[in-house]
Amino acid sequence: MSENLISVNNVSVNFDYQENFISKKQKIHAVNNINIKIKKGSFFGLVGESGSGKTTLGRAILGANKISSGNVIFHDDERDYDLTNINKQDLKEYRKKAQLIFQDPYAALSPRMTVRDIIAEPLEVMRITNSRQETDDRVRDIASKCRLNLEHLRRFPHAFSGGQRQRISIARALVSNPKFIVADESVAALDVSIQADILNLLKQLQNELNLTYLFISHDLSVVAHVCDIVAVMYLGHIVEMAPSRKLFKNPKHSYTKALLSSIPSIDPENKSRAIELKGEIPSALNPPSGCVFRTRCPNPCDNCRNGKTEMGLIEVEPEHWVDQCCANCS
Amino acid sequence: MSHLLEVKNLDVKFDTDEGRITAVENISLSLDQGKVLGIVGESGSGKSVTAKAIMQLNPGNTNYNNDAEIILDDENVLRFTSKDDLKKIRGGKVSMIFQEPMASFAPAIKIGSQMVEQLLIHKDINKNEAKEISINMLQRVGIADAEKRFNQYAFELSGGMRQRAMIAMALSTMPKLLLADEPTTALDVTIQAQVINLIKDIIQEYQMGVIFITHDLGVIAQIADDVAVMYLGSVVEKGPVNKILKNPKHPYTKGLLEALPDVNNLDAPLRPIPGNIPSPLDRPSGCVFRTRCPNPCDNCRNGKTEMGLIEVEPGHWVDQCCINCG
Repeated sequence: MSENLISVNNVSVNFDYQENFISKKQKIHAVNNINIKIKKGSFFGLVGESGSGKTTLGRAILGANKISSGNVIFHDDERDYDLTNINKQDLKEYRKKAQLIFQDPYAALSPRMTVRDIIAEPLEVMRITNSRQETDDRVRDIASKCRLNLEHLRRFPHAFSGGQRQRISIARALVSNPKFIVADESVAALDVSIQADILNLLKQLQNELNLTYLFISHDLSVVAHVCDIVAVMYLGHIVEMAPSRKLFKNPKHSYTKALLSSIPSIDPENKSRAIELKGEIPSALNPPSGCVFRTRCPNPCDNCRNGKTEMGLIEVEPEHWVDQCCANCS
Repeated sequence: MSHLLEVKNLDVKFDTDEGRITAVENISLSLDQGKVLGIVGESGSGKSVTAKAIMQLNPGNTNYNNDAEIILDDENVLRFTSKDDLKKIRGGKVSMIFQEPMASFAPAIKIGSQMVEQLLIHKDINKNEAKEISINMLQRVGIADAEKRFNQYAFELSGGMRQRAMIAMALSTMPKLLLADEPTTALDVTIQAQVINLIKDIIQEYQMGVIFITHDLGVIAQIADDVAVMYLGSVVEKGPVNKILKNPKHPYTKGLLEALPDVNNLDAPLRPIPGNIPSPLDRPSGCVFRTRCPNPCDNCRNGKTEMGLIEVEPGHWVDQCCINCG
């Protein structure tokens, strides 16, 4: 039995793009040649700016986006699921085991369904339960695990605050008893006090229910706190990957360094200015050749500047992977 | 010296179908030229409503109390009724930057035309001069190819660039007061760092007063001189940023700081503030924070205390209720 739950091997996701009907078809390279292994029971963090391909990768792993090349394998207890050529029956099975928590708790819940119906819907759609009684039991069970007040199950979402709504979304994701959860910016829309509450809840549920998370976020301080291992994405590539403590103590890639220095310090006397990256993330339609980061790199070498280097992760320390280009440049 | 802006005893109430909602109650703030006042608080704490009151941008069902004063440059903004008076403040003396730059630009009008339009309203200049000022301003905020961007639409710009253009537009009329309502919340950290540095430089250069609204205490630490912490429409603590963040007195401020993940201290557990912010429809009587206070005294628990700021050290004001509770 494998110790990994998910293996992502050389995965790329491209989208077709045509500006208008007479112009040439182009490809958007959203995710390029990604290799990651997510261990069972781990809290895997994926960080990066908007447009870096975090969400696309998360959706590809869930089978919600088409994978252009490479494969994603989900290692279940008895068997493996290969998501690249999965048949309909298996995909249905897989959906029970891998679920998604969305970003915006205000948009993710139907305003016309009661909380009980929202949480019960996956059970009914996937035909997991056989009777109404059984459904109700499962709903009540998971709702209390997510610290929802059981008397509130008959209310509609508008009666709840952001944090409570997010707990409802979590309950809905967990009701089918999944093993793998993708949390896509699940705390980004919440206030700090509630954010802490939801993060603690996710951790607690992980222990109780033996879950594995892929936690997608742009907030490094949150990721540093909850994740065991973190991968930093830039323009569709992973540029650095390491256990979170190593990554935050000793970042190697210039992009990670810039990201870390950009977190505003809570100490008003710490007036050190952030390492400012020039410009903005380039368009994925037309990514730089060679190292994708070279247009914003603070100290590119000559090879790199001319786009002659190739990207690829190398292990500089045990379990600490950095893009080779950056390891050579600086 | 008189302050650039002084808000005294302001209440803001909205008449809705469900009754009269108190959004802001009895707040007093002041701001000097060249300073940044940060307002922090959770969503629903009345931060934006306060800022909008200064520009009279709250909707028609808004009620202000009679003894409230918002003194801007020795004039009480709340007494302004005519359109001409309001025009002077909206975009003239006061400019505002919003959270979502995509929603604040008209999508079908070029960025440049929008900038020129507001300059023509507020300044006695012709179109060409306005264009020149606008392009200069765009360059000033670090937009490369300012002339090209001037002729583009909002959707052609990236998020960070749109926010810069928004700032350029807000500053082009040389306002005395800039209201920045969560200007960096929708941006990535790297772009956020750029925008914060930009705003800092501009304050230095033009000596304007800034009210900076955010829920991110890290951003406040980096940009503000003074902070007001708001909870459910009341200011519960205010003072110099150093004192508030290093030596917070109010349990709510302490709670906010403890809930914040700190990259430099990964072992610290995240402590959420227990409970939820109550609905403004059933605002707790007495101290508004009592439903979530970690150690309320008996008087407080029964809603018998009155709120009011007292000065615990020079310039550092805390709600009296919490001082008594401990």
